[in-house]
Amino acid sequence: MASPQIRIPATAYPVERFTLPNGLRVVLSPDRSAPVVGVSVVYDVGIRSEPEGRTGFAHLFEHLMFQGSQNLEKLAHFRYVQGSGGTFNGSTHLDYTDYYEQLPSNALERALFLEADRMRSPRITEENLANQIAVVKEEIRVRVMNQPYGGFPWIKLPPVMFDTFPNAHDGYGSFTDLEAATVDNATAFFEKYYAAGNAVLSVSGDFDVAEATRLVERHFSDVPARPAPDRPDFSEPDLTAERRDSYTDERAPLPAIAAAWRVPNPITDLTGYLPYVVLAEVLTDGDASRLVERLVSRDRIATSIGGYLGFMGEPFAVRDPTALVLSAHLPPGGDVDKLLTTVDEELSRLANDGLSAEELARVQARIATHLLRDDDSVLNRALHLATYEIQRGDAGLAGELPRQLGEVTPEQVVSAAATLRPQRRAAIEVIPGGDQ
Amino acid sequence: MSITEVPDLAPETTLTLPETAERVLGNGLTVIAVHRPSVPLVELRLRIPFAKADVATASVLSQTLLAGTADKSMVDIAAELQAVGGGLSAGADPDRLLIAGNSLAEGLPYVLDLLAEVLTGATYPSVEVTTERERIADRLKVAAQQPAHLVARAVNKRVYGDHPYAVQTPEAEDVLAVGTPELAALHGGRLHPRGATLVIVGDVEPQAALDACERALAGWNGGGDEITLPPIPKLVTGPLTLIDRPGSVQSSLRIIMHGVPRTHPDSAAQQLANLVYGGYFSSRLVENIREDKGYTYSPRSSVEHSLAGTELSISADVATEVTGPALWETWYEMGRFATVAPGKEEVEQARRYALGTLRLGTSTQAGLAGLVSVLAGYGLRLEWLTGHATRLAEATVDDIARAAANYFAPAKSVAVVLGDASAVTGPLSAITEITSADAGA
Repeated sequence: MASPQIRIPATAYPVERFTLPNGLRVVLSPDRSAPVVGVSVVYDVGIRSEPEGRTGFAHLFEHLMFQGSQNLEKLAHFRYVQGSGGTFNGSTHLDYTDYYEQLPSNALERALFLEADRMRSPRITEENLANQIAVVKEEIRVRVMNQPYGGFPWIKLPPVMFDTFPNAHDGYGSFTDLEAATVDNATAFFEKYYAAGNAVLSVSGDFDVAEATRLVERHFSDVPARPAPDRPDFSEPDLTAERRDSYTDERAPLPAIAAAWRVPNPITDLTGYLPYVVLAEVLTDGDASRLVERLVSRDRIATSIGGYLGFMGEPFAVRDPTALVLSAHLPPGGDVDKLLTTVDEELSRLANDGLSAEELARVQARIATHLLRDDDSVLNRALHLATYEIQRGDAGLAGELPRQLGEVTPEQVVSAAATLRPQRRAAIEVIPGGDQ
Repeated sequence: MSITEVPDLAPETTLTLPETAERVLGNGLTVIAVHRPSVPLVELRLRIPFAKADVATASVLSQTLLAGTADKSMVDIAAELQAVGGGLSAGADPDRLLIAGNSLAEGLPYVLDLLAEVLTGATYPSVEVTTERERIADRLKVAAQQPAHLVARAVNKRVYGDHPYAVQTPEAEDVLAVGTPELAALHGGRLHPRGATLVIVGDVEPQAALDACERALAGWNGGGDEITLPPIPKLVTGPLTLIDRPGSVQSSLRIIMHGVPRTHPDSAAQQLANLVYGGYFSSRLVENIREDKGYTYSPRSSVEHSLAGTELSISADVATEVTGPALWETWYEMGRFATVAPGKEEVEQARRYALGTLRLGTSTQAGLAGLVSVLAGYGLRLEWLTGHATRLAEATVDDIARAAANYFAPAKSVAVVLGDASAVTGPLSAITEITSADAGA
């Protein structure tokens, strides 16, 4: 069969937006094709906003939001969501924290009540705080301390690249800081950041817009109005000389290296930013990508390599300053300097010899599949709508991204590649430990 | 005035299953197409029976099936898939080889042609085979440092004895000995259309999808005897198995029981019993050892169906210093569940969760594709869910009490703990008899 010419499709979910008098922004996106709804509340506060001496606090606070609220005892939130046939979770990111449910659509009003109740006042007690500090410590043990490559590179690389506390510190937090957290800290954090004016509520899936609007107003209208706090400026200058660091991981059997380069501001310069999103895929998406073909298949100097935008791998849910990250594991005895030199060679080749329209088109087609597939879940759709709204005031970006990424030109990708020079790079190396 | 009462649920939604069509091709391949046009994509799952396939050869085959044909290199195949927004990957377990992928809906014919080309003409080029087997060996080195992997190996060894399920990951030295001849032999011997099921879900009319599959795959041929697995052996209870992982800051607790297959009359009650015990967040296990005691982050229990039998497992990764009490609480909840009938409200809550998550799981293309493919592996079809939903709705408190006694009794379970033996042997010895085993890694 001849090589196809594929048209990049888009979805067209309707998006309704409004703001309640208390400042809560609301996004509704109906889709009646399956009897399920996704509900999310996103607060504009994340790891970068936690105070010095309280590393890990944004995440700990996320746990506390599940411990009961104005009208609900501890455990009630979980039981009401799951006892309605739904699932729930929350997660803490660099620039936002989300809370969400996915449920059969007959539970929509219940989910709205649960979110409104904790937006009014979570029940933060000494006992619940102590319990959740213990739980979070086990989360850190299971995901970071008891694993090879724990926290690599998302916790390990930012302190090499950045100089200021908000951008550089460990978002999971130190045990010392976690144990020092108090109920007063939590109350103050809630008062400052968990304001109606600092949140977006989004609902997607099987509902009628007029009915959902009425339910949103019924449950959220009397949440007290508090304005969003001023967002501090987290910007830092770009690097002018390469930064390298390394550490020994006692459980790691293979060398590893991650490198990052600053990229344009994703919010204020989306046009300048999108070519880097495409570039990461040109470099690392699959066996036909530049770096997998060269480093893994041909030269065999990496055993795996990945590339993505943002330290938490979320290209469209992060603000400036952020980075393009490459992360590679090497075979035993592998040479990280040789690997970086080869990456530089491949970036120069791309910058000097260009990118064919065919190579770009196939990468863009695969990006479109990834975006559409992710948005097939009503929950993911709700989360994307809310983060786009809170960070960009543009929930509608969800329907636009496949097309906008499809319009990135070979010249833009080539120019982006040309900026990834060694002197702008921060890199962290994992030295395999003794326990081989 | 704010609302202080939790709102009631609106009337229950109906579980409506999408339009499905099925055809058995002349070569014996069963094709099932499901219409779910929610996004302009298709999902594809090809499930090929793989019982008793050599585990090392199977792992290399999975990584090299797409590494080349007479006309195409690995890069050509990957690039042609990408051109239609597509991707394919393969993975093996002791029951089946699964080739899974997706693409833009318009690209389906191209993906099917590439699939047919590798099924009928994968060449397993020696350069790519050498690279990929070394990469697998590298990954095994990393896995050997991961507690979840180590404890799973130990559990399988303890529970399955001589059964093929006892060893589910290969040894590096065996992987490094696999070459093109072994791969060609496994491919020729086992990658046959008879007994295999291809599932297509997405934005394509089911009859058109069946026609596209027939056009592309009618030429895939070959056959062999059906290879089946013996039933899993009876669980041999006995002392707790302790595997030493010096310096481990957590202990990985695993407790295994035997359950019954999906089609057994107790299946719905077993599923609900599992939820009540530890199968979701609002369960006894989570509310006790996480939300009350803070011993662990993600304790859970699960029902895992395989072709040769069903395993129930309880798992928790707990701080080293609370290993003894965490195991004790886990056993306590089992014993209480096995001997005291559950409350009506906790059963209703689990029932609503089971019925609600059926709707969630069938609401995406990928969810449907995985579900249809798994069910097909057991000779079941999507419609089976309708009857299953009825059985979930009708299971009584007595049914669940009986399931708890049969499937969650401490006396019918086996425990395995991976942790720092120097710290946990004392506390564990205080509550049960233990035997030591090595990690075997």
